[in-house]
Amino acid sequence: MGAASALFIAVFLACAVEAVEATTIVLAAGTARNWRSAGLGVGAALGVLAVIVAVLGPAVSQIPLRGLRVVVGALLLVFGLQWIRKAILRASGHKALHDEDKLYAKHLADASSQVARRSGIVTDWYGFTLSFKGVLLEGLEVVFIVLTFGTNDHNVGLAAIAAGCAVVIVAAVGFAVKAPLARVPENTMKFVVGVMLTSFGVFWGAEGAGANWPGSDAALLVIIPAIALYALGLTALLRRAGRSGAGGAGTADVPAAAGQGVR
Amino acid sequence: MASIDVAGNLRAFGAFWYDFVIGDDWLVAAGVVIGLAGTYGLDRAGVAAWWLAPLLIAILLPISLSREASGPLLPRRIPAQRTPPAAPRTPPAR
Repeated sequence: MGAASALFIAVFLACAVEAVEATTIVLAAGTARNWRSAGLGVGAALGVLAVIVAVLGPAVSQIPLRGLRVVVGALLLVFGLQWIRKAILRASGHKALHDEDKLYAKHLADASSQVARRSGIVTDWYGFTLSFKGVLLEGLEVVFIVLTFGTNDHNVGLAAIAAGCAVVIVAAVGFAVKAPLARVPENTMKFVVGVMLTSFGVFWGAEGAGANWPGSDAALLVIIPAIALYALGLTALLRRAGRSGAGGAGTADVPAAAGQGVR
Repeated sequence: MASIDVAGNLRAFGAFWYDFVIGDDWLVAAGVVIGLAGTYGLDRAGVAAWWLAPLLIAILLPISLSREASGPLLPRRIPAQRTPPAAPRTPPAR
């Protein structure tokens, strides 16, 4: 497995997680409001994202590689650590699991309570803005991941293909079943993506700051499993701390998700 | 016509980017910046610096987790309950 495979997997999983969240919002907007307006919202958001890619893409490729790696490495580290942190907290029962069914029901209830308002070719403004915001916000993260991973690895094309595959598969399944993708093991995916982002972040960040990794690119083959094992160890430790807290000292808040694995 | 709340929009714009980049725990972001600056400093001083960033993660992650979990990461030892001394036996009444 080479760097290209690691790049493809990292981008595919990260974009699949974002696509699941965007699909939930668009499904709620279409079901509760108006499919045409929700579709227009998706189209408008994709248009804005295309403009952002067109502007940012060439600009990012002009930055000297070393400077780019420091900035991108730092951002990937911050993002990756956030993802791992949330995944560990959810897996250990210190944070409620991301429930797509519940989120879908909430979006549906919110959308159903709003009055319809027409604006230009958009028959329902609320449905349009709901799906527009959902796709734009989640899409921004997809764009960031594709540009940073792709530029750093000199393979924007492969990163874009991985992102495209993830979005198309998730959207197709979501619209085929016309229901939120609640069965997707979202926390496990977030955990894996967090490990990947953190690993690439630490590798590129340190390299950009001047460090030379022993074994060069092969160091990633040690960094990725090491971070994964460390995070799994912390999950087990935090779960134990939660259990002992709930059982005796009463310091840790342990919701119903306690005892579930990283998923 | 509704007036445009410029300050409110700017605040919302700033809050969006803060949330997007910094996220839930500013300590992680600050630690990352300090760690990469330290790596740069070590490299400039001619010292091998690749180990600093992984060490930083090993320290930052448990600290951030324990802040969110609002408690120590390691399980607390629950002090054993001291049982009161048994009352002296009284002989059964005849």
